[in-house]
Amino acid sequence: MTDTKGKVLSVNGNLVSVRFDGNVSMNELCYVIVDGTRLKSEVIRIRGDIAQIQVYEMTGGIKCGDEVEFDGDMLSAQLGPGLLGQIYDGLQNPLPALAEQAGWFLQRGVYAEGLDSEKKWEFTPTAKVGDTLRAGEYIGTVPEGPFTHKIFVPFYLLGNYKLKSIAEKGEYTVNETVAVITDERGREINISMSFKWPVKRAVDCYSERLAPVETMETKVRLIDSLFPVAKGGTYCIPGPFGAGKTVLQHTTSKYADVDIVIIAACGERAGEVVETLTEFPELTDPKTGRSLMERTIIICNTSSMPVASREASVYTSVTLAEYYRQMGLNVLLLADSTSRWAQALREMSGRLEEIPGEEAFPAYLESYIAAFYERAGYVRLPDGTTGSVTIGGTVSPAGGNFEEPVTQATLKVVGAFHGLSRERSDARKYPAIDPLISWSKYKCVIDPAKSSFFKSMIFHGSEIDSMMKVVGEEGTSLEDYIVYLKSEVLDSVYLQQNSFDLVESNCGTVRQRYVTDKLVYVLGSDYSLDNKDDARDFFNRVRQRFIDWNYTEFESDAFKNAECEIDALYNEGKGKTTREAELLLKGGE
Amino acid sequence: MSKVYNKIESVTGNVITVKAEGIRYNELAQINTRFGKSLAQVNKIDGDVVSLQVFAGGKGVSTGDEVRFLGHEMRVSFSDDLIGRIFNGSGEPRDKGPALSENMQPIGGPSVNPTKRILANRMMRTNIPMIDMFNTLVVSQKLPIFSISGEPYNQLLARIALQAEADVIVLGGMGLKYDDFLYFKEELSNGGALSKTVMFIHTASDPTVECMMIPDMALAVAEQFALQNKDVLVLLTDMTNFADAMKEIAITQEQVPSNRGYPGDLYSQLAARYEKAVDFNDSGSVTVLAVTTMPGDDVTHPVPDNTGYITEGQYYLKGGRIEPFGSLSRLKQNVNGKTRKDHRALMDSMIRMYSSYKETLEKKNMDFSMSRWDEKLLKYGKLFEDKLMDLSVNLTLEQALDLGWKILAECFEKDETGIKSDLTDEFWPK
Repeated sequence: MTDTKGKVLSVNGNLVSVRFDGNVSMNELCYVIVDGTRLKSEVIRIRGDIAQIQVYEMTGGIKCGDEVEFDGDMLSAQLGPGLLGQIYDGLQNPLPALAEQAGWFLQRGVYAEGLDSEKKWEFTPTAKVGDTLRAGEYIGTVPEGPFTHKIFVPFYLLGNYKLKSIAEKGEYTVNETVAVITDERGREINISMSFKWPVKRAVDCYSERLAPVETMETKVRLIDSLFPVAKGGTYCIPGPFGAGKTVLQHTTSKYADVDIVIIAACGERAGEVVETLTEFPELTDPKTGRSLMERTIIICNTSSMPVASREASVYTSVTLAEYYRQMGLNVLLLADSTSRWAQALREMSGRLEEIPGEEAFPAYLESYIAAFYERAGYVRLPDGTTGSVTIGGTVSPAGGNFEEPVTQATLKVVGAFHGLSRERSDARKYPAIDPLISWSKYKCVIDPAKSSFFKSMIFHGSEIDSMMKVVGEEGTSLEDYIVYLKSEVLDSVYLQQNSFDLVESNCGTVRQRYVTDKLVYVLGSDYSLDNKDDARDFFNRVRQRFIDWNYTEFESDAFKNAECEIDALYNEGKGKTTREAELLLKGGE
Repeated sequence: MSKVYNKIESVTGNVITVKAEGIRYNELAQINTRFGKSLAQVNKIDGDVVSLQVFAGGKGVSTGDEVRFLGHEMRVSFSDDLIGRIFNGSGEPRDKGPALSENMQPIGGPSVNPTKRILANRMMRTNIPMIDMFNTLVVSQKLPIFSISGEPYNQLLARIALQAEADVIVLGGMGLKYDDFLYFKEELSNGGALSKTVMFIHTASDPTVECMMIPDMALAVAEQFALQNKDVLVLLTDMTNFADAMKEIAITQEQVPSNRGYPGDLYSQLAARYEKAVDFNDSGSVTVLAVTTMPGDDVTHPVPDNTGYITEGQYYLKGGRIEPFGSLSRLKQNVNGKTRKDHRALMDSMIRMYSSYKETLEKKNMDFSMSRWDEKLLKYGKLFEDKLMDLSVNLTLEQALDLGWKILAECFEKDETGIKSDLTDEFWPK
């Protein structure tokens, strides 16, 4: 808290102007005091002795002349053990703690500490007295769920430090001093297990940023095989309402091959958060065998919660992601939906009476979106290990039209684009990612040549399909018709995937490669089919066999039997592999 | 303690400004014009210049009119006395009953802590087969009824009000035609549902600002009933009028418009209302059904588009029927597995058959020859539309399921339905 004081001058929605004395910094936190209630706010513009602040709460009841206190710090996240499994609002208030204090409703002005200050953690020192330390290096560890949580020299300390003393192995709370370090001038600094970091600044305590090369398995065939995402990469999922953005994110949060998942429910339905809250504690993480909740953090600022904290929530989430990345972990941040965040920016921009850009979004929209996605990355840490933050954001374009500013600004900065289409979702094809418009710059889990083989088959098939709509089935040659049927089979047995079935929804890399080879073999073959009816019958049966195969446990007896049935059908159709398929399959070995 | 001012600085549309001090944001004021008293609400403070939106509108407001600040925000009286009553957007009685002033509750209150919600898992029966059987309404769900002008959406709402299994019904009318208001009043009192209904009605001839108050008033009352362990159903009609009222005020106040003139916070404003739908973990619930008319039948218009992103599915009212294809209840999976074991299979099969019927109908219109199978489908489609889709059908879920089997049996053989044999063995009419 600084000595700077201010008085309210004007109120317009959640934008308040304040006349202040003393010094105020941009993005500094402040509190408007209304009848003894302190409403958290943030400075977003300074002009002369007038600061304009966005209030993170509802502003009813504020009057001219109300006092404003300035905090001196920017909006910060409290980092330390105890973040995993929590449910926070956009300002890192644990929602269960708020419920204890305020009951059913989110009463304004009620805040709670991000970390439990009473809980004791088992600290094991790893640094020795006399060691030279820098920010981002660690002095000890604490077990947190299935992970070894590292206790860092706070990220904001500049320069070199010497470790003067360190606590014995034992139990401490997050605020107790566990070490004392001295700076180059000999000043002493106490270190506890937690510290604060301003959420709008990227954590940069790493030795170098590396190119994201390793694929992040999502167990969704269409993503992993055709439009993959890399650990440390970025991707976006735009789609009209009801196309299944949230379901896709939900599935990813369950099956993605990462250590920690952070779900940022930003301006979306509260019911969906409740679904996650109800479901996750019951599910087990296949990697650790423990509850899925232990690897998850939920940051939830649903659509009816105040808009300014919706804007803060994406930054809070990415800060927590960066913190766990510093421990050498792979973190996935799922932001649903970034459009709501952009709309929060638009609302503030409108109140600030800035000159509007396209669709009234502010001119800085693109640079803000770019800066957010750039906080993802695959990095080498000071101790030589690596860690990553992967960001996947959904976009909710108005009217389902991808030409709008948020989608376009996002497409410029992400490494993969999973565009959902109304046609696919209406046809109940899940996931509704449209293979004709989606793309990815990352490496897929299957042989890239086979991946392109699939893509060109789908592309070719859809060309014939649209031609058939004009000339009818009669006007299409048998050859083309078979290509079309093959692309339909590929679509329904490989691109589509049932997310409700346990086996089917969890399709790992090994299985994807195996099934891919089979598909290349079967679909890359010519058959002796005399007419279109025979062809349709034959490929319908192929499809049915593959679908049955998908539902069997990998490498089980049922799996092998189903595979034999496919082979039998292949022989029945007198299949003969084409040269292209042969080359592909050879390359794969 | 109330402060009185006699000098109105400006009048623009429905917004006036007054020079005043110590005024709170969102505070109410009362303004005395030559046409009587009206409420007004502070919606902007700039130094000592206070802007107010006048509920009765700016027409006839004189610069010398008296403005008295009341020192509190908009509130609504809450007690069991509300039941059976009708109010306007200012909370004044529209019927002949007395004004209510005890136990005043703020409107537009804070949102529910998500950890205090429970997963929606109870069915709300409406005895309308197209809802109960095909797109089940779930307690605490928020669903719009997408429609266009001229469709019988108010008739549908009235039927739901009469038949739904709710403890309390709160009806919010925005920009209602006066005839529709009379229709609701008459239907509900004839059907005996007035004894569990509260109405907040703004008709098309009433001032715009009052229209904006209706959803908040209705939902604040609903929330209070829910906290008394009641299952409340809120029916709103028509949310497009509400959005248009917001647009009007925003433009008057020179806000930068974002999309087709609507204010940039349209999504947040709509969400703040719809998100009031809740199932409390140890109390009652609020379910919201809201008519949204789509200008030009265009679902990408900003109002239905933003609504679709907020709500949990939609009912599509077209040609006087709830369309089975455009309609979707996202939460139906939570409940339709535990109603009767044939519910899901029968639902899927009947919809699939209906979609085949539509294809056949197209072929028939193009004068293709009809096969025996096509004839069966045509018979089925007719029966389905007459006996199940018609809005006047009033059947319990169980009766509707039985009827579904009967219709299938009248048109098809068992193995043509694609339903698992153990279900057909049990339920196929003998």
